[in-house]
Amino acid sequence: MVPGTLYVALWRGDAAGGAFRRYRVPASPRQTVLDIVTWVQRHEDSGLSYRFACRVGMCGTCAMTVNGRPRWTCRTLVGAAARDGKLEVAPLANLPVVKDLACDMTEFFEKWRRAEGRFQPQPGAGPDFAVVPPAGAARQAADAGIECIGCAVCYAVCDVVAWNPDYLGPAALNRAWTLVNDVRDGTRQSRLRAVAGDAGCHACHSHQSCRQHCPKHLNPTASIAGLKRAAAAAALRGGL
Amino acid sequence: MSARAETGLWLAQRLSAAVLALCVLVHLVTIVLAVQGGLTAVEILGRTHGNAAWAAFYATFVLAAAIHAPIGLRAVAREVLGWRGPALEAAAAALGVALAAMGWRAVAGLFA
Repeated sequence: MVPGTLYVALWRGDAAGGAFRRYRVPASPRQTVLDIVTWVQRHEDSGLSYRFACRVGMCGTCAMTVNGRPRWTCRTLVGAAARDGKLEVAPLANLPVVKDLACDMTEFFEKWRRAEGRFQPQPGAGPDFAVVPPAGAARQAADAGIECIGCAVCYAVCDVVAWNPDYLGPAALNRAWTLVNDVRDGTRQSRLRAVAGDAGCHACHSHQSCRQHCPKHLNPTASIAGLKRAAAAAALRGGL
Repeated sequence: MSARAETGLWLAQRLSAAVLALCVLVHLVTIVLAVQGGLTAVEILGRTHGNAAWAAFYATFVLAAAIHAPIGLRAVAREVLGWRGPALEAAAAALGVALAAMGWRAVAGLFA
């Protein structure tokens, strides 16, 4: 072990398979995992593929598996993730690999669409702004899940997604829950039907891995529990 | 399976779980109290024979188990075995019917 040196293993390959390749990277204070990956690409291996955009924890594009745990790499300091000066960085689990550390997010966002994770105004909504009291229970429930950045960390760590690839996943269901609680939205019944079907909210086992790993400290498990209750209430009223 | 059917199964499993929690508690307390003076078949049958209240209690216990277990095993089969479709639904329903039939037969034997 050379002082001031990080021993980094980056996964290299594609959908057909791959392996870890090892690099030595100079350590520096306040270094993030994304900094490490970028250093390798710029100084050691220009063929390395990975994805990032904002670098400040807003866009949700740079999530990777770091020492076995999914993390947003732009906001993860090496000191918090490295073990004995060693880092192992792999693509996110539960998603197909495009190349190296970049995953194919198509299915992830397709599930947002299947969960009707798109705001649909009520028919006949007037031109004026809707007045939504921030202290209202529904608005507070929506606010609790609204800051999702779509990084797919929750999706990568979800056991149910691993067992059942059709499962909509924590992020899409969390998004649906925010819209179910949006009083301006006009497709509550249709959305509940979309999320309560096969491989929907009822498939969640409440393991809470999503809550534990969410970099934004959201609680998708609670959102999914809310969807279960809302779907059950709708079913009992004959509205599902 | 439709959203209404999946939600119905979810509700049935939660409600049956609540009933099972109560039944298991009563069952265990009864066992602890009953074995104080030694446990024999004669003593059990003496308590349950002709007793409609115990028969109703265990019939409810059986019904809750017959509802709860197949729904849980159906989820396990889907996730672990990847088994889906009408055959799985039929197998789960058959398991529920079998559990209910065997359980109620045992209850009838204790009561009669």
